[in-house]
Amino acid sequence: MFLALRELSFARGRFALMGLVVALIALLVVLLSGLSVGLVNDGVSGLQRMPVTAFAFQQDVAKDSAFSRSVVELDAVDTWRGQDGVEAAEAFGNTLVNARSDRGVEIDLALFGVQVGSFLDPEVASGARLKNEGEVVISDTAAEEGVAVGDTITLEPAGTSLKVVGVMADQHTFGHVDVGYLPLKTWQEIAAGVRPGDEVPARVYEEITAVAIKAPGDVDLAAGDRAAGTTSMTREESFGASPGYTAETSTLLLIQVFLYVISALVVGAFFTVLTIQRKHELAVVRALGASTGYLLRDSIFQSLVLLVIAAAVGVALGVAAGAALASTPMPFALEAGSIATATLLLVVLGLVGAAVAVLRISRIDPVTALGANR
Amino acid sequence: MSAGLTLNAVSLLYGDGPETVTALDSVDLTVERGEFIAIVGPSGSGKSSLLAVAGALITPTEGTVRVGDRELAGLSARQAGELRRERIGFVFQSGNLVPALTSFDQVRLPLTFGPVPDPRDPRELLAEVGMEHKANRRPHELSGGERQRVGIARALVTRPQLLLVDEPTAALDRQRSQDVVGLLARETHEHGVATVMVTHDHDVLHHCDRVLEMTDGRLAPATARA
Repeated sequence: MFLALRELSFARGRFALMGLVVALIALLVVLLSGLSVGLVNDGVSGLQRMPVTAFAFQQDVAKDSAFSRSVVELDAVDTWRGQDGVEAAEAFGNTLVNARSDRGVEIDLALFGVQVGSFLDPEVASGARLKNEGEVVISDTAAEEGVAVGDTITLEPAGTSLKVVGVMADQHTFGHVDVGYLPLKTWQEIAAGVRPGDEVPARVYEEITAVAIKAPGDVDLAAGDRAAGTTSMTREESFGASPGYTAETSTLLLIQVFLYVISALVVGAFFTVLTIQRKHELAVVRALGASTGYLLRDSIFQSLVLLVIAAAVGVALGVAAGAALASTPMPFALEAGSIATATLLLVVLGLVGAAVAVLRISRIDPVTALGANR
Repeated sequence: MSAGLTLNAVSLLYGDGPETVTALDSVDLTVERGEFIAIVGPSGSGKSSLLAVAGALITPTEGTVRVGDRELAGLSARQAGELRRERIGFVFQSGNLVPALTSFDQVRLPLTFGPVPDPRDPRELLAEVGMEHKANRRPHELSGGERQRVGIARALVTRPQLLLVDEPTAALDRQRSQDVVGLLARETHEHGVATVMVTHDHDVLHHCDRVLEMTDGRLAPATARA
């Protein structure tokens, strides 16, 4: 590494330029990673925080819109409870609504209908848990919008009133909308479009969106589907059924993949040019007795130093920018794990690019050191 | 004295068929340790090929090459590199120094390639070639003669048995040429190196113990001395 470090400090101008490009790519990668995590949180954190293994939807429902389209008979819950390996199965209802609080706050809610006291019934950070029909427990993010415990919210246009009794810890959102948990019967009336004072047809109470299944070990979902006449998805699969989720995450993933590829190509091109410029010098060094391995190790080490320093600078800038963004309404969340993965990928792919470039060292003939020079 | 370099009936051909070029034609040469020989001759006469063959950079088509007691036949690229590191020093045209390195690091460089049996002290060597006052300068801050002195120190740091010198005065004025070749002669005699210098410069030949002339790949004693 004798040459590499001296070369780095001697040609610091051009290495700094290259490092700046890598640092900017790292910054962009961190921001995109934060945006991805933020969008995932906004899209499905309400599902991620449910203690659910899988959801059983209506048979053959469209997978990308299962939560809004699926209708399952309540009987399916009992069938699922009887399946091997299933610890618990509960009715789950899902509807998106517009609401307004009695203090004039307009808010969209993803209503999750659950049996009071079941494993789906959420804990609260403030206020009280669900007890009676007509109550609702809301996400921490809805509280930030200005809805508080004790408020009454009115759903539009049906006019149903719900009393806010509790606020959950952390963000619970679904398809970028705050989640509100409410007792199943109240949810069924809202989902059926029943207005206050109307007579409720009996079959309204027979319909739910899906069966939420809790199974700690292995469970044969296909067998359950055959018995109950449903189509089930694991919780992670069901994320794709959340509105806009697949489109958002795949777009960001595509951009990130392109960034990695661009970074590897840019680093590769830089080291290609550098190696060609050093061709005569490298021939001299080989004539003096340096092995190919010595020069390859030296050059790879050099690119590693460049990549690690540049990526560290970029990540530091990204984290600083992220901290500034986190206080805005933009869906943005930094997660150490995904930043570390992204940085590692950037460095490793950069190294691959550099390695391909410096391999040409092995083709330099030391004889060219003799005779006319540069 | 023992031989530093021995060439026996060495031929080097490039290409094949009717296009064959004979770079070296049955060359015999023995250079004793402590002997400084010069090879003169027109461009393209095979002088550089001789250096390349003696320096284990090219394998000859025929004949044997020995550096000290070591025969060069059948060496892999890696073994040839090791041999160059341990036994052979190169001095190139205008020094061919590494731009990023200070004079002191230039001299240390060959010692970083791998183990060397009996290296010389780079600092002392730099003083011996009269460059200790510019130990921390890089090549672009040195004159042509100074670069060549650093190049000579770099070639000698591994205490080579054989020193191969390629046109050392090509970029130097008259006085500096004399200084540099005088330095080579002194090092050759004091440290028992077998030195082969290829040159166009007839004004420096009086420093040499023997002058040979290369014509069309054949080596013969020089007919006229300057």
